[in-house]
Amino acid sequence: MKSIAFGQYYPADSPIHRMDPRAKVILTILYIVCTFLCKNVLAFAALLLSAILLDLLSKIPLRMILRSLRPLIVILTFTSLINVFMTKGEHLLTPNWQIPFWGGHIWHIQIYEEGLWNALFMILRIVVLLIGTSILLSYTTTPIALTDALERLMKPLKLIRVPVHDIAMMTTIALRFIPTLMEETQRIMNAQKARGADFTSGGLIRRAKSLLPVLIPLLVSAFNRAYELAAAMECRCYHGGKGKTKMKILHLRFGDVLAVLLVIAFGAGIVFLNRYGFYYTMK
Amino acid sequence: MDKIVLEQVSYVYGAGTPFEKKALDNVSLAIQANCITGVIGHTGSGKSTMMMLLNGLSAPTSGKVYLDGLDINASFKELLPEWLKLPEYANMRKSTAKKAIKTELAKRKKSLCFRVGLVMQYPEYQLFEETVYKDIAYGPKNMGLSAEEIKERVYEAIRFSGLDEAILQKSPFDLSGGQKRRVAIAGVIAMRPEVLVLDEPAAGLDPRGREQIFEEVCRYQKATGSTVIMVSHSMEDMAEYCRNMIVLANGKVVANGSCQEVFSNVSMLEETGLDIPQITQLTRLLQARGLALPGDIYTVDRAVAVLKDLYRTEKGND
Repeated sequence: MKSIAFGQYYPADSPIHRMDPRAKVILTILYIVCTFLCKNVLAFAALLLSAILLDLLSKIPLRMILRSLRPLIVILTFTSLINVFMTKGEHLLTPNWQIPFWGGHIWHIQIYEEGLWNALFMILRIVVLLIGTSILLSYTTTPIALTDALERLMKPLKLIRVPVHDIAMMTTIALRFIPTLMEETQRIMNAQKARGADFTSGGLIRRAKSLLPVLIPLLVSAFNRAYELAAAMECRCYHGGKGKTKMKILHLRFGDVLAVLLVIAFGAGIVFLNRYGFYYTMK
Repeated sequence: MDKIVLEQVSYVYGAGTPFEKKALDNVSLAIQANCITGVIGHTGSGKSTMMMLLNGLSAPTSGKVYLDGLDINASFKELLPEWLKLPEYANMRKSTAKKAIKTELAKRKKSLCFRVGLVMQYPEYQLFEETVYKDIAYGPKNMGLSAEEIKERVYEAIRFSGLDEAILQKSPFDLSGGQKRRVAIAGVIAMRPEVLVLDEPAAGLDPRGREQIFEEVCRYQKATGSTVIMVSHSMEDMAEYCRNMIVLANGKVVANGSCQEVFSNVSMLEETGLDIPQITQLTRLLQARGLALPGDIYTVDRAVAVLKDLYRTEKGND
């Protein structure tokens, strides 16, 4: 269970790991925009190249990232199938593909060249989007640094009375306890399995019922843990964000600013490449 | 006789990730039947991992675990050729025999949990039912026993635990920490396992609570003649309740034998960073001061008896 730790932070020493988390949050948003700007073959080629470059910079084994994409296969197949069969265009590739049904109905399969391109672009977009965000955020930023950055970035919202600090603290605590709860779940499941519990066989209702011996102790211990944590925080005089100082103060460095500027330039480059459309340009 | 045998067992956590950790490294050992065996070692020495391997909850990365001489993780493919030669399957048609073997194997895998009862660390967190009775009955119910048989087992288990029968109708969440723990252990005992495995059964309890837990385990062991394996890091508990001891350090077995054998090897224990029981340390200090004491004192009871004897003889001499 520990091997699929939430957030999948991958410890390494790379320029991306060392970057200010605030810069990384901004970069991620910009990078997502970039993936959606892409419209033609050249732009997507540049995008793919940038993803590979990001991976090399972050020193995360490509194998690991590809493995994390595996659960996406279902979504990818689904979207590409929809794109292939539903896109209407000008170049019909299958003029005479027909499937007869009972009662004389005939289903015409119409696959257009545009559909194939759309499917390819869609796959590339989703894959790069995921690689980019996971490298920029989850693989290289600890959850704590991330919420710290979010708190800082959302600070202007305090003016309209949004409890920014409390939201950040709650997020930090929630993230912090995900691996703990997963471990606890595994432990209780093992304990009940040791008493002969069977979570895998039987119908839906029986299976849901078989989870009760896991869920009840899990809830009980989660509540107990919450009370204990609250007591422990109060014992250390925690009373919200007012007047609280930071142990780790974030410093924006020249490199961080440069990275943001570079990605903006990259976005501009993509817009520029979009004008040179050979083969096919997405609408 | 050996109840459980581990043969070159290794276990690796998170293989192929940056968090890879070898918890057990080529461990081979045998655990004697009909007695209590203690497993001792520091945190991270692989004790808990080893316990999980004993009832098939997890399978070793490499190596074999035998219960009564049978490999508990043997796959269908490995067993098939041998089993087809057995008299009960030899006369069947091959496809029928295969199916029968498959069901038999699944049944065996499932019954393994009932034969080797595992009490995990802090077992009180597994309690979930409305009443103590129902919670203890959970294991026997999963075994598919009749209501009468279940009732008998629950009452038997609560007797072993030394708790009052009135507790059966209470909610497990209303009990004290020590009581909860004893109920949780009773929940495993109710399955009448041939092998009872306990991972740190007394952790975090006061001395009286510890004693009650160990008494429950000893009562069960004596009454049923089952094999008990107990993890602890308290040398005193080991000396008092176990016949044999296994010392683990960094996933390896550094000592394995009777308590006397292990405790007499002081230098080895010090190397692994473990202490000898306090009472043994005290006898050693007394010996150094010239008191004629035997070297094999590991429990307070024995120390008291020896010192009393000594006192009487000295008095007689005067």
